[in-house]
Amino acid sequence: MGLLNRLDNPYEGGGIVLGTVEDLLNWGRSKSNWYLHFGLACCAIEFMAMNASHFDFMRFGTIPRTSPRQADFIMVTGTVTLKMAERIKILYEQMAEPKYVISVGSCSNCGGPYWEHGYHVLKGVDKIIPVDVYIPGCPPRPEAFEEGMIQLQKKISQQAIFNKRKKLAAEDKNQ
Amino acid sequence: MISEFGIILLFIILGVVFVGIALAAAAIVRPSHPNPVKNSTYECGEIPIGEPWVRFNVRFYVIALVFLLFDVEVVFLLPWAVVFKQLGWFAFIEMIVFVIILFAGFAYVWGKGDLNWEKPKPHIPKLEDLVVGKKN
Repeated sequence: MGLLNRLDNPYEGGGIVLGTVEDLLNWGRSKSNWYLHFGLACCAIEFMAMNASHFDFMRFGTIPRTSPRQADFIMVTGTVTLKMAERIKILYEQMAEPKYVISVGSCSNCGGPYWEHGYHVLKGVDKIIPVDVYIPGCPPRPEAFEEGMIQLQKKISQQAIFNKRKKLAAEDKNQ
Repeated sequence: MISEFGIILLFIILGVVFVGIALAAAAIVRPSHPNPVKNSTYECGEIPIGEPWVRFNVRFYVIALVFLLFDVEVVFLLPWAVVFKQLGWFAFIEMIVFVIILFAGFAYVWGKGDLNWEKPKPHIPKLEDLVVGKKN
């Protein structure tokens, strides 16, 4: 339930929309996402196309940042080598809350072509940081980037902010 | 009555209050989960070595001064070079005189030995110096 979704079900009599503070905060968080771009390999080349005028990534409210202090999510695009994994871990830790992760491409999802004999490649960035959205592809098309971004916005607009533990505990019981 | 300086005081008070409100609002709204890694200096993911506040040797100051001299010289040389053809020989000779004056200063600094890297000469006492009654 996002704030804009509530426009479809106005208060009886119409004209009045009631929402929660959580909706408002999630609305702001999901529609203004600055990202720490972590281009590691060929997925980053595809990401250039994503940022250019054809696909226009900025319409999602995203601005590329070079410092984790100003970033809301980190976009890991490419092969995560074991050397780079330590840096990614530090950069993720240095981001301010709330923080999210998008893993782009087969390499950062699961190791990609290096899944078996890549002695120097981390088999999936989710081994070191919690990933919110996986974008499959080798490399993914820019349309796939857009889909991933929309999925992340959906995830943020549904997240619990207040009484997080209570809500999550209720969800666990239902499962 | 508020005097002229009273208005400045008002501005200072308002500035402090305004910044205070902004910081307080941010402190109420934002999530705060500090940890040692997050609080460490951002160095592009590297683990920082040593303090970021590095001290420079005081002996660099002469070099910095001489650099400033030639830095300003370039500022004068560039517009001259742009309109070099229109100005003709007179400006060329004038500029040569200007550069010669600057290089005279440079030669003076060089000749004076100010560009020499002075190494500290610690006085290490030798056994002979300690002998009583001996004069150097």
